[in-house]
Amino acid sequence: MHHRPPGPPGLRRRALLGGLAGAGTLLALPGLAGCGTGSRDDPTVVTMASNRANPAQRVAVEESLGLYEAASGRTVEVNTFDSTSFQESVNNYLQGTPDDVIGWFAGYRMRFFAERGLISDVSDVWSRRFEGAFTDQVRSLCTAPDGRQYMVPDSTAPWAVFHRRSVFERHGYEVPATREEFVALCERMRADGLEPLASGIREGWPAMGMFDHLNLRLNGPEFHLELLDGDHSWDSSEVRSVFGAWAELLPHHQPDPLGRGINEAQTALVRGEAGMMLCGMFITHVFPEGEDLDDLDCFAFPEFDPEIGADVVEAPIDGFMVSGDPRNAEGAHELLGHLGSLEAQEIYTAIDPQALPTHLDAGTGGFSPLDAKVNDMVASAGALTQYMDRDTRPDFASVVMIPALQRFLRQPDDIADLTDTIQRQKLSIFGR
Amino acid sequence: MTATTLPESPDREARSPAPGRPARRRIRPARALLHAFLVVTALAWLFPVLWAVVNSFRDYDYTALHGYLSLGGFTLDNYADAWTQGELPGYFLNSLVITVPAVLLTLFLSSCAAFVLSSYSRRFNLVMLAVFLAANLLPPQALLVPLFRLYNAIPLPYWISESGSLYDSHLGVVLIHTAFQIGFCTFVLSNFMKAMPTSLLEAARVDGATVFQQYRKVVLPLCRPSLAALATLLVTWIYNDFFWALALLSSGDKLPITTALQNLQSAFFVDYNLLSAGSVIVALPTLVVFFVLQRHFVAGLTLGASKG
Amino acid sequence: MASNAPPPPPAVRSAGPPAPPTGPTRRTGRARRPGTGPRHGRGDRAALALMLGVPALLVVGLVWLPAMATVLLSFTRWDGIGGLETIEWIGVQNYTDAFTIYPPFEPALRNNLVWLVVLFTVPTLLGMFLAVLLDREMRGGSVYRSIFYLPVVLSLALIGFVWQLIYSRDQGLLNAFLALVSDAPAVDWFGNPDINLYAVLVAAGWRHTGYIMLLYLAGLKAVDPSLREAAAIDGAGPVRTFTRVVFPALLPVNLVVVVVTVIDALRAFDIVWIINRGRNGLELISALVTSNVIGEASRVGFGSALAVVMLVISLVFIVVYVSTMLRGAHR
Repeated sequence: MHHRPPGPPGLRRRALLGGLAGAGTLLALPGLAGCGTGSRDDPTVVTMASNRANPAQRVAVEESLGLYEAASGRTVEVNTFDSTSFQESVNNYLQGTPDDVIGWFAGYRMRFFAERGLISDVSDVWSRRFEGAFTDQVRSLCTAPDGRQYMVPDSTAPWAVFHRRSVFERHGYEVPATREEFVALCERMRADGLEPLASGIREGWPAMGMFDHLNLRLNGPEFHLELLDGDHSWDSSEVRSVFGAWAELLPHHQPDPLGRGINEAQTALVRGEAGMMLCGMFITHVFPEGEDLDDLDCFAFPEFDPEIGADVVEAPIDGFMVSGDPRNAEGAHELLGHLGSLEAQEIYTAIDPQALPTHLDAGTGGFSPLDAKVNDMVASAGALTQYMDRDTRPDFASVVMIPALQRFLRQPDDIADLTDTIQRQKLSIFGR
Repeated sequence: MTATTLPESPDREARSPAPGRPARRRIRPARALLHAFLVVTALAWLFPVLWAVVNSFRDYDYTALHGYLSLGGFTLDNYADAWTQGELPGYFLNSLVITVPAVLLTLFLSSCAAFVLSSYSRRFNLVMLAVFLAANLLPPQALLVPLFRLYNAIPLPYWISESGSLYDSHLGVVLIHTAFQIGFCTFVLSNFMKAMPTSLLEAARVDGATVFQQYRKVVLPLCRPSLAALATLLVTWIYNDFFWALALLSSGDKLPITTALQNLQSAFFVDYNLLSAGSVIVALPTLVVFFVLQRHFVAGLTLGASKG
Repeated sequence: MASNAPPPPPAVRSAGPPAPPTGPTRRTGRARRPGTGPRHGRGDRAALALMLGVPALLVVGLVWLPAMATVLLSFTRWDGIGGLETIEWIGVQNYTDAFTIYPPFEPALRNNLVWLVVLFTVPTLLGMFLAVLLDREMRGGSVYRSIFYLPVVLSLALIGFVWQLIYSRDQGLLNAFLALVSDAPAVDWFGNPDINLYAVLVAAGWRHTGYIMLLYLAGLKAVDPSLREAAAIDGAGPVRTFTRVVFPALLPVNLVVVVVTVIDALRAFDIVWIINRGRNGLELISALVTSNVIGEASRVGFGSALAVVMLVISLVFIVVYVSTMLRGAHR
């Protein structure tokens, strides 16, 4: 249930199959599993769990780690997990015998692990290496309520409305800035035989993207984050207006989204059957490299309320943490310092097409036009959010919101009852 | 397996009440109809599987372009790719490591238990059987969390499980499968053993054999058909399981093949052809076991019936 | 059928004479005399204790104890992390929540019921019908039998996938075929909550039929031939023979089939999980439990309450099943 589907479709079959192995093969590094005894107490070995499972990401991780190993003289044993399964089993994983360094993301869940003592305080790494390396916003996203940092960020994969530049040029479309322009564009696309908005909500979580963006545009980031934190009622008029606005946009989406997986929806964009898609940067994995990938372009989700504007960006931030009781604490902290460093970020994000560096000093020289545009959006963002399933309690997000959003897509008319249902469940989960 | 219902069953189609005078000419059309019906039904039955197999031999780019209702684009690549790059051998090995010990352990433990239960006082016997049988039927989801905590709390030496505990170890999965299957196997075997003549056991006892020797030398060999049938059923069930592995293993490289396929499918459902090839490969062992040993499957289900 | 054993095909008892042991009946009623087992030495007693004790320990420890722990946990609010001191006891709040404010709960119960009814009517009857057809000498009988039984041998995850090839909205065979022969818009077999349960039931029934067929085949084999002969002599046609004579004689098998079907309907899980994690019309109790307990959600207390609901419903039928089986074994 995470927006990092580990692989492209059959268009790149090798890559796809690599994903088959991606259910967690060890990278070919010395110190095999099975005889773990040796590595357990070995100060030169650091173990790492990586949830970056698709082929490009594995290569990127390998490169970055290669640099670290050369510089530090230590060896890193990597355990790669398929991202979705990892998210599902993370609770059990962390309570078992987790690796020293763990790939994860910023947001509620990280703070939760910190509170429960499942991960270690890494403020020392921050103070040693990362003063001024990240924006305050990013830093606060890596900070737990106790004021200490528990994660080192390395990359981000923001959301935007993606489209094919060539399609826009061919039909003479212009990038919409406001809601009216957006709707008009959708209608033009429909008339030209395209599906205006690709939509694949079978897995459930992709629906959160639209909710988030509409909420951000209609009610602003403070309200949005407070809502997800349990501070507002879901039965409020603000939330209902979000669903109302969504209902108005529904006719412009691909029909029957509930039976279509997100990969299939992305494929519609690749094939030129759909005009646009609200998606994360991970869509770049689906576009074949070369002409197609170069054709990919995006724009920020349009403005709905002039007073709020359109500068809030959903930029989920990925990074690394140290487990609560690592076998090699020193090595783990050192590795973390490396992974967040400018060098490592630049190497990693150069290879993983969906990732943009979070380091303030990261050079934009090697960026594709798409990367540069997205990077600008993030850099000039008024506020950054992480995506609903990272910003709020996961039991609320997966057990309550996904069924609720899917229900909305089936029956967009009964908004009052829907929000009432959500609110009642939210009360029982948040306790307030 | 021949139809043993009747020594010379009056053909059901025969309308004439008198047996022994099968009006042969009247039977043909009805028989033909029967066969026709069966053939059509069997083909329809096989169709989904055949469809998957056919598509596993087709190139995805071709079907993406022409749709699935076309003909053409045949290739063996999917299989080669699924096998090599998908690293299926590793997952097969995991399945083997889980299935074989689980089957053996289950058969051993349940035959021991059945031996004890079939020889002694009724009431206790029934209570224990009830305990065993009912355990087989409990929904696994209901046991998940306590089992997980239990597994995490049981330490294991690192040379058995690199996670240091029963969780995320093959042994843990083997044990839960065993626990779940013991009930049914014990029940079946105890029925079988009860039907054995006690004279053999008496003779062994008179010869001074210990209980375990009686079990090993007398009872076990006699149970062989029963054990064979159970083994074939168990292999299918345990190999096909994906819930327990999903729940109790967290290292991707320990997953058995069925769970690995499921992980794969959740991410890559677009290339159906490749997944079909993967599925066929995964299904092969059970299919082989089934065809080779189908006699035992049927026998397994009739165990305990009088003709045992 | 759940991924671990399907509810076990029971030892099918014959309907005719009670299952007698084939060998000479026990001449020495030694085992019948309660309490006076054969004399055993110390070593033997230890061996016996172990032989029963180890399996019992495994079953009690890995199945029964966790089951009871789950019942206890259903009265708590807990996220499964941390020591037992982080457990918060909240009485029956989880149950109240499940029944009143949890939207998927009612659809799940309903779907399980639909699952039961459908499995009961179509595959069971079809299985019985096929068994009757195949219960005779015929060329290729075993081939047919194998074909019909084949889906039972495949894993449910595989079955879910194989049927996706047929049901997928954009790439499935069914929609491609429909597009060829009619102008109807593509049907969203898996995404439309009004029809996806039935679509999945076709796949589940496809599997269930083979299983039931085999149960009936075994049962039919055990029917006393003299009953059929008598009916034939009395002039009964095939249908009458079946309904008046054979079917009643199959009572134990029928009981077993009922229980097996019910337990299967309650435990149905794999297929819907594969397709969409049991959402949007494919809610089933087992999937609800799993999605609450596994994964980030980790609503252990709430998930346990749902699991206890499953347990309670199952137990009713488990009791029926076990007592039927043991009554048969008792003879």
